[in-house]
Amino acid sequence: MGTVKFWVASFLAAAAVLGLTRGLIANEYFFFAGYVVLQYIVLATAWNILGGYTGYTNFGVGAFFAVGAYSSVVLHKLTSVPVPVMILVGGLISGILGFGMGYLTLRLKGVFFAIATLALAIVAQTLIVNWDYVGGSRGIYVIRPQQAPLFGSYIQYLYSLMLILVWVSVVIARTIERSRLGLGFNAIRDDEAAAEAGGVPTLRLKLISTSLSGALMGMSGAPLPYYVTYLDPASSFNLSYAVNSVAMPLIGGMSSWPGPVIGAVLLGTIQQLATVTISSALNLLIVGLLLITFVIIAPNGILGLIQARRRARLR
Amino acid sequence: MVSLDLAVNAIVAGLLLGGFYAAVTIGVTISFGMLDIVNIAHPAFIMLGSFVAYIVNSNFGIDPILIGVVMAPVFFLVGMAAYQIYFYAFEQRGEESIQGLAFFFGLLFVGEVALILVFGVDYRFVEAPYIGPSLHFGFVDLPLRMLIPCLVSLLMLGVLQLFLGRTFIGRAILAVSQDRLALQLMAANPSRVKRIAFGISIATASIAGALLIIIQPVEPSIGRDYIGRIFAICVLGGMTSFPGMLAGAMLIGIVESLTATFYGPSWAPAIAFGFLLLTLAIRPAGILGR
Amino acid sequence: MPPLLEVGGLGKRFGGFVALEGIDLAVDSGERLGLIGPNGSGKSTLVNCLCGALHHDSGNITFDGRAIDSLPAYQRTRLGLARSFQLPKPFRSLNLIDNLRVPLLYTVNARHGARLSDGAISERCMALLDDVGLADKATRLPRDLTQVEMRKLELARAVASAPRLLFADETMAGLSPSEVEEILLVLVRLNEQGLTIVLIEHIMRAVMSFSTRLVVLVAGQKIADGAPQEAIRNPEVERAYLGE
Repeated sequence: MGTVKFWVASFLAAAAVLGLTRGLIANEYFFFAGYVVLQYIVLATAWNILGGYTGYTNFGVGAFFAVGAYSSVVLHKLTSVPVPVMILVGGLISGILGFGMGYLTLRLKGVFFAIATLALAIVAQTLIVNWDYVGGSRGIYVIRPQQAPLFGSYIQYLYSLMLILVWVSVVIARTIERSRLGLGFNAIRDDEAAAEAGGVPTLRLKLISTSLSGALMGMSGAPLPYYVTYLDPASSFNLSYAVNSVAMPLIGGMSSWPGPVIGAVLLGTIQQLATVTISSALNLLIVGLLLITFVIIAPNGILGLIQARRRARLR
Repeated sequence: MVSLDLAVNAIVAGLLLGGFYAAVTIGVTISFGMLDIVNIAHPAFIMLGSFVAYIVNSNFGIDPILIGVVMAPVFFLVGMAAYQIYFYAFEQRGEESIQGLAFFFGLLFVGEVALILVFGVDYRFVEAPYIGPSLHFGFVDLPLRMLIPCLVSLLMLGVLQLFLGRTFIGRAILAVSQDRLALQLMAANPSRVKRIAFGISIATASIAGALLIIIQPVEPSIGRDYIGRIFAICVLGGMTSFPGMLAGAMLIGIVESLTATFYGPSWAPAIAFGFLLLTLAIRPAGILGR
Repeated sequence: MPPLLEVGGLGKRFGGFVALEGIDLAVDSGERLGLIGPNGSGKSTLVNCLCGALHHDSGNITFDGRAIDSLPAYQRTRLGLARSFQLPKPFRSLNLIDNLRVPLLYTVNARHGARLSDGAISERCMALLDDVGLADKATRLPRDLTQVEMRKLELARAVASAPRLLFADETMAGLSPSEVEEILLVLVRLNEQGLTIVLIEHIMRAVMSFSTRLVVLVAGQKIADGAPQEAIRNPEVERAYLGE
């Protein structure tokens, strides 16, 4: 399906989901939980642009996510801006962080790159912990506005915004996939030296990948302060964001945009159910075990399994 | 005005800490430096070693270092099993590095969460006669709880160095790290050698974990601080060189100690990671080179 | 006419080890240059320095009248300097057409002048595959190829960027005599179509029959440069290959 058609079709699908869920579901908890699942779709999709498409594993997801959240905190303290503006600002700052990270880690590959991303996340967290303006290690309380801009509760409003973000990130991912940029990313992933020798400006493309991925992650974190109303570094920089962002595309499939979506919906929903029924630590254990299991038996994820079955049937 | 005895004590503590850090890193020098296996889950094995030492020590009162040494063969077997899984899943199929990385990342995470589920997030510590007393030389303090682990660590390093240089298996491991084809021509099975090497690398975690819980009380999430330290030291040391790794460990130990003394402990985790970034940016071959 | 590629005093060290020293080289347009030398003599290092995969420490490189010393590898490729890799490095997750599409999109379509449409690019990919006899495997993945087919793909990919000069780095290593012939035929045809080729090889028979000029590298230095038959008879070359 052509790019424009996809944009329209996916927009209609998103609008339909929005209309149906907000129109039919009265249980507020659905929107609480739904926000988190949608947030993970964005995180997983964003991660996959750098990870699945370009081949660079980012463990520092927490940093981009938290920077998005904390930039909203700063804005909230300075002035009063609507959340969509906060999302854009969060995306911009995280995008710059992504650019910086890409620049610093240019020559690193594989595990070195991954650990460097972890290092940057720790450094970022240490800076925030020592910054009293945003609460430091004690954290900060953020008061949700009384009125939601449109009809419905504030949580429904945040849920709607996140749904729009999901649409944006999916559309970006798919557009990249079908473009010269996406092919360049794949070439870098498969063999960077050969890509460079083939005329691909690898440095430039890597910077685009890290910046875009970081920006989307930041955008997914920007509404967080209003969602949780209490923000602290320990939870916003939590390694579980990295584990989830790796596990979801890996389980869903890293080769194309439906993979992270499937993985995020699956894992996100399981986790939301588990948090209610069992402890949250056990729920994280499940994510970790699923990650390990899938990486061993289905390294190309659910998408990979579907593709393999399709190929087998053709023979 | 910087207090001299504070600074000297910080440096001495840093040296002792560095000696201990070498024990923590030696496993990764083997698995990653020599075998090219990106075992970022090594800290999880170390934490396991710490908690095993804790259980046995608190229930039976046995000396933690003894526990670490006795449990080392068990860890060796666990390491061999882990390598088998890794080999089957990744090396044989030639999968891309993302899956291998994700595997070990998952292992690291599962390890930590499992420990939290079993032991909770409280700090645990061990009891031993040398935790507490210190030696004093003028104004320099040498806490035994840091001196003994440092010495044990150096001993372990020495033993491994001899093993790699003098025994057949040891030299086979060195050979594998340099040239897999040559090893096959020598009719030694590279994956069998690698399995043993990886087992040894995990066995060191048993001892390193015991040393850790002697130096400080532990709780499951401490492992994360060690990811950066371990790889920073490994890279600083030039990946495969034991002396280089020791030098790197001491350097990081000293800088961390000085920073904690004069700027407070909340900056300590960033130190090793900062070092790592700098090293990777400037001199990927490490201090002493390959 | 000035040479297409001019190299003056090129040097490269790795720490204390001198890999290349004082290399002077000129390659004329349309030439078939053979580059030989024992293992470790610096042939691949020279190719890497000229193509931009490594940065040279001293000397200068001029291509088509332009100093390219500070250009990154991808820009050198866009200018017309291509290379194939000693060990084939295909894009493993892409099929053969897409393997060729990458250099087409990023070199031919990145140059000034008319950009090729998607359809034209696909056509050209198929034509390139056809030239090396891989057209029937166009939609397959590189892992389904035999050794010699991988070498051909490697060559096709280098040629896809429509280069003026090609470094063919040990394209024929480990192939059977008939497979060597296949590759040679492709190279000769490419040269007849106007491509300047530098052939780096160990297979003497192939190099001698292919080259119009021979350059010999030993321990990082050029010790012979001239007509193949004469360069071979150079006493230093004999000494390097046969020992004292």
